[in-house]
Amino acid sequence: MHGVDLTMLEWARAQFAMTAIFHFFFVPFTLGMSFMVAFFETIYVKTGKQEWKNITQFWQVLFGINFAIGLSTGIIHEFEFGTNWSTYSWVVGDLFGAPLAVEGVVAFFMEATFAAIAFFGWKRVSKGVHLMSSWLLAAGSNLSALWILIANGFMQHPSSAFYTFNIDNARLEMTNFLSLILQPVAQVKFLHVVTASYTMAGVFILGVSSLYLLRGKHVEFAKKSATVAAAAGLVASIAVAVIGDDHAYEVANTQPTKIASMEGLYVGEKGAPIVAVGIPKSHTIEEIKNMKDNEDSFTMPIAIPHLLSILGKRSFDGFVPGIKDLVYGNEKYGIWSFEKLRAEGARAIKDMNDYHIAKKAGDKAAMDAAEKDFHAIVANVDGVKIERAELMGYGYFSAEDAKHIFPPVAPVFYSFHLMVGLGFWFILLFVLAYASVLKGTFVNNTFVQKAALYSIPLPWIATSLGWMSAEIGRQPWTVFGILPTAHSVTPINLTNVQATFFMFMAAFVILGIAELKMLFTVVKSGPKGAH
Amino acid sequence: METWAGITTNETMFLWQEYWWLIVAVLGGLFVLMTFVQGGQSLFHTAKTDIEEKAMINSLGRKWELTFTTLVMFGGALYAAFPLFYAVSFGGAYWVWMLILFGFVLQAVSYEYINNPNNFIGKGAYKAFLYFNGVTSVILVGAAVGTFFTGSNFSFDPATKILAWGTATDGMDLRGLEAALDFGHGAWFNLAFGVLLFAIARLLGALWLVNDIDNNEFPELVARIRATAKKCFVVFLAALVVVLYGLVMMKGYSYDIHTGVVSMVEHKYLANLMAYGFIPLIVFLIGAVLFLLGIFQSIFGTSTGGIKLSGLGAVLIGIVVFAIAGFNGTPYYPSYADLQSSLTIQNSSGSLNTLEVMGGVSVAVPFVLGYIAYVWYQMKKDGPITKEELADPDSHAY
Repeated sequence: MHGVDLTMLEWARAQFAMTAIFHFFFVPFTLGMSFMVAFFETIYVKTGKQEWKNITQFWQVLFGINFAIGLSTGIIHEFEFGTNWSTYSWVVGDLFGAPLAVEGVVAFFMEATFAAIAFFGWKRVSKGVHLMSSWLLAAGSNLSALWILIANGFMQHPSSAFYTFNIDNARLEMTNFLSLILQPVAQVKFLHVVTASYTMAGVFILGVSSLYLLRGKHVEFAKKSATVAAAAGLVASIAVAVIGDDHAYEVANTQPTKIASMEGLYVGEKGAPIVAVGIPKSHTIEEIKNMKDNEDSFTMPIAIPHLLSILGKRSFDGFVPGIKDLVYGNEKYGIWSFEKLRAEGARAIKDMNDYHIAKKAGDKAAMDAAEKDFHAIVANVDGVKIERAELMGYGYFSAEDAKHIFPPVAPVFYSFHLMVGLGFWFILLFVLAYASVLKGTFVNNTFVQKAALYSIPLPWIATSLGWMSAEIGRQPWTVFGILPTAHSVTPINLTNVQATFFMFMAAFVILGIAELKMLFTVVKSGPKGAH
Repeated sequence: METWAGITTNETMFLWQEYWWLIVAVLGGLFVLMTFVQGGQSLFHTAKTDIEEKAMINSLGRKWELTFTTLVMFGGALYAAFPLFYAVSFGGAYWVWMLILFGFVLQAVSYEYINNPNNFIGKGAYKAFLYFNGVTSVILVGAAVGTFFTGSNFSFDPATKILAWGTATDGMDLRGLEAALDFGHGAWFNLAFGVLLFAIARLLGALWLVNDIDNNEFPELVARIRATAKKCFVVFLAALVVVLYGLVMMKGYSYDIHTGVVSMVEHKYLANLMAYGFIPLIVFLIGAVLFLLGIFQSIFGTSTGGIKLSGLGAVLIGIVVFAIAGFNGTPYYPSYADLQSSLTIQNSSGSLNTLEVMGGVSVAVPFVLGYIAYVWYQMKKDGPITKEELADPDSHAY
């Protein structure tokens, strides 16, 4: 990468990652708890029983402590795209800014407005209006997730179905908003995130209820809360896995370097296995170039044959390309090498420069020629025509960047596999919990209660790992295959980025500790001490 | 003279760009109104007892999310409709925006945490956060808006639009903070604008609190709020004089809507006020009169309804400020480093398709305003905040 301060780039990435991880600690909890609270309140309104109102208000207090910090970290996130990623903001503002604006109009206002009634309106509005507000608050929160994940889906898989590259402005422009909204990558991502959020809320409520049961406190309250959490959590955790499978299928077919890193697949295979457990080995790019198979990819692998082909290609013997194929090409399967992609990208950059030189000179013919070459079709993949302009991002890399053109294997592999492992643990936990609820033994089943209690932190770890595998796996791009991360960043001196990094980190650490202390205090006080 | 970007002569595109600038202006106006939350936060010292302070925190704490959301919406609309502004201003005037954001981050958690047991750093810290947001963030927002008239220190690559900040040979490069420190490039105006916005916010905050807190139960608090607001009114008048003097007298940035060439024009913003059949001037005057009427009604008088008049007045004034910054061939984010790099609604907008699609989405805005009004009515219909409500565990008081 030429002309980019790589140290500053890493600090800018670190700042964004810190904000994202911190934000994503609170958001899934908000998404899940808002629905659980609305659900508890519905039971209260239906039955008219005070105990359900107490249950609703207790969980709402915990939700409220979390809600504010989720919002606050969200605002930094939105503006960080401008402050630290200004080139990105200009290049993709059409496609990324639009969903953010819609999010504001249709989701944030709904969330913020009805939150006021949900939190403070218990005595000021009727039961019906209050219940409606709780549901609208939940709907608003979840709708905001939809729009941000539409924006994120575009970053993962920018499809020419909804954008074109404008040579005059040097940016992507939206051509079809409906296609942008309905892109499959975004839809599965949304469903995966929200179901994971419901699972998180389920584990939290089940865990806290278990704590009370283990201590013999608030038994009726805990029993009722746990029953609802076990049922909702079971459905949600199974849905996470089912949708997760669809998500992985989308990744396999749209982000081949990500799936190869996720699975530590250095050399492409037909009937590729999944290494469920193992330690992926690190290899230099030269070593990868000389690899003939995946014998030297892992230490102590426990592999499930054919599973990656089945999940990723929906075929027992489907070919899944490895890192070597994606860097050095594979003619048999029509995979272009990085060098070939880079040459086309460089030509697209030259076209753009020629266009602007011609424009300055007022040479219309030369402008048209450059634009024509820029938009020339260079490949046809399964009926989808690829323009040279779509490969322009590769032109910003140098030949030595072959080692950087795929994400680092170890963090992506571990984060993905640990997330999957935790996902299966949640299903097992809810199966056990729900079975004992059905048998009426949950109140005395200390084994499941302890399992639920100690599982409370795990959904936070799982969602963070999922986010890390998705976003580290997207590297070295901000918009996959289109815009390199190094060319998205704001040109700014390192010290500015470092100073703001520490400024926000200090705030996050202090506010995070405060949040946890308050949550523990409320949990310790129990339902009676919620106010 | 060379300009870095050609100006479209596509009339449909131009209309959509104007439409979106109007939306930005309306959001800007609504944001000015919603700064009553920040203004109210700067009045916490008027509370002398715990219950008085609690009343203030609860009154403002039920509304902070809407101010916050309006700011987010303002950002989102600019991102989609004028992405080059998003890139240039946020990426360039880095520290101004970062400090503004920092203040809002601290504010967001403070209401929920301030009266919560075990909040780690104590009530005083959260109160300080709310003050910081109520004073510093608002002044900085005002100073940032001031640069819409005085200009900023940037230029960029004509082809790729990659930003270069601090390129003026006679300017400071403090990554945005020069707006408040570089007096050779209008810092006096930007600061006056910041102080003016702060004074407006504080007056609106006082009007809101006088309206929302039961005057019979908290007579002394209401009297102290009014007394502070009266002093603030003097600051408001002083800042207003400076800002109006600047707006009327300063050379303004102007551009040709057909060629895109930017130049400096005497009394540009005065001309903008009088353009379009004097509509901006008339709206501004109506806004100013309403704003003042509300203040005389509820700060100098004993009525509690002044917030309605002053609030509407603030919205109208805000709309006009943004309108004269961007309409009538005016670059809304000018550059004093390179005139031709100045941002106009024409050279910084999203594509026609995006503006149209987002135009469709903007139809939802009246609906959103409708349910906000409904919710406010629901929450206010039983009267102002009372001591009984604050003591009632069911009311989820902070």
